Amino acid sequence: MIDVVNIAKSFGDQQVLQGVNLSIRDGELMAIIGRSGGGKSVLLKTITGLLKPDAGSVIIDGIDVTRARGRDLLDVRQKIGVLFQGGALFDSLSAFENVAFPLEECTKIGKAEIYKRVIMALEDVGLINIEHKYPSEMSGGMRKRVALARVLVSEPKVVFFDEPTTGLDPILLHTTHLLIRQAQKKHGFTGIIISHDIPEIFEIVDRIAFLHKGAIRAVGTPEEMLSTNDQLVWGFLSGHVDDPDNILCEKDSQICRFRTQGRQL
Amino acid sequence: MFQAVRGVGAMFLGLQWRLGHMFLFLLNAASLCFIPPFKFKLFVRRIRFFGTRSMVVVIITGAFTGMVLALQVYYSLRKVGSEALLGPLVALSLIRELGPVLSALMITGRAGSALTAEIGIMRISEQIDALFSMALNPLRYLVVPNLVAAVLVFPLLAAIFDIVGIYGGYLVAVKMLGMSEGTYFSQMDHMVEWSDVLMGLYKSLSFGVIVSWICCYKGYHADKSGFGAEGVSKATTDAVVTSSVMILIWDYFLGSVLL
Ligand SMILES: Nc1ncnc2c1ncn2[C@@H]1O[C@H](COP(=O)(O)OP(=O)(O)OP(=O)(O)O)[C@@H](O)[C@H]1O
Ligand SMILES: [Mg+2]
Repeated sequence: MIDVVNIAKSFGDQQVLQGVNLSIRDGELMAIIGRSGGGKSVLLKTITGLLKPDAGSVIIDGIDVTRARGRDLLDVRQKIGVLFQGGALFDSLSAFENVAFPLEECTKIGKAEIYKRVIMALEDVGLINIEHKYPSEMSGGMRKRVALARVLVSEPKVVFFDEPTTGLDPILLHTTHLLIRQAQKKHGFTGIIISHDIPEIFEIVDRIAFLHKGAIRAVGTPEEMLSTNDQLVWGFLSGHVDDPDNILCEKDSQICRFRTQGRQL
Repeated sequence: MFQAVRGVGAMFLGLQWRLGHMFLFLLNAASLCFIPPFKFKLFVRRIRFFGTRSMVVVIITGAFTGMVLALQVYYSLRKVGSEALLGPLVALSLIRELGPVLSALMITGRAGSALTAEIGIMRISEQIDALFSMALNPLRYLVVPNLVAAVLVFPLLAAIFDIVGIYGGYLVAVKMLGMSEGTYFSQMDHMVEWSDVLMGLYKSLSFGVIVSWICCYKGYHADKSGFGAEGVSKATTDAVVTSSVMILIWDYFLGSVLL
């Protein structure tokens, strides 16, 4: 159970989050959507304890991440896995070493078992025979998938994904989504996915939260979101803009319209 | 007027805060040096990092420093007719002063800058955050191995600097200026004492701490000095300049206390 209560965060005089309230149930897969630059990554970093909020609290399994210290904080962190937007692979380590890293450093699993698990995790994300490659020798999509393997390999109880599929082709996008769903079914983790894949993400998540102007504007199941009466939410989902603050250029909005047609299928 | 006073006050508070912050950083890292688990492999890698980067430049600067020193000192000594003191004077200046300081400056330029850039890039590409989110302490992986390696490597490179420098002085004094080999070396034995060697050792030990501390700190907080690549480049310049200045200030301070 994750409870986000009234989180506020500003950088200088820019108020990025102003009172975010969100409650995520155990074993649920939730998507967070919202405009680019709307504060989704900041929200994720606050929930995971990487950024200190100006106000509010984040309670994971009964522990307030924003105030916990020492042992408590370590305990919570041990349950959490984070896939960063840029992957955050260690560039001095090969793909294999990267994926093996959390197992070697945080568990007492033997070498042979680690080897088996790492190879399997890499296979799961569709990467074979790249164990010895360094991040500098990989494509952006490969890096993203190695990072995904590194997060899933240690089987955390709560997993945060910051745009797990940006930069992947449509086929990989689909398989990555399925992979996340399958892993979630298998290990039963609670998952929070930040995503811009508006039609596709609806197929795998249980609920969706829409972050707008630093607060959660709407939360609901995919069906609820699609049948929403909220002009703003509908506008965002379909890529049409009624909010004068949110003017997209003509070309962008055409692309969005094209994508919405896909969703309605 | 009020504005100006407030500005100065704010500046002092800011400076104090920064110094405190830096000190806590060192304290944290230093305490981790004694708490297991130790990352022995990383430590060995960092020794190689410092060593391979700085060895050549330390040898070259060492040789030329010794040679120039011999030349200049010979010139001055000849005026008072005590050329026999050339050997010990070269050795003493190298061991007590020039060896530790110049080798530390060279290592800062070669390895310190690379260190800041490396950690800075890890910061901006969220690799440090990734360590954090795995419930690991980034200091243990990024700072402690460097700190310990520097404490070991700085004295070693200073010693190499001294030896090469003394040999460079020998080349100039004996081969070029025609001094006898015996005079150059025999006087050295008499006049260089343990306390001089220890002085050099203390200096390079503390330079090792200062340089690795400042360079790691600047890299670790590269995101605060600017955005992205700009932040890293600023942090790198900052680290090299601050380290170099601190080396010279600390050198004077330690010299006057230990003398
Ligand atoms: N460290 C920081 N310092 C200052 N401002 C920041 C910082 N991090 C984020 N911001 C600001 O916060 C806002 C939200 O950024 P964030 O990265 O959370 O957006 P996002 O919703 O994840 O966007 P995207 O979908 O493009 O990833 C941005 O306007 C950004 O300028
Ligand atoms: Mg983001």
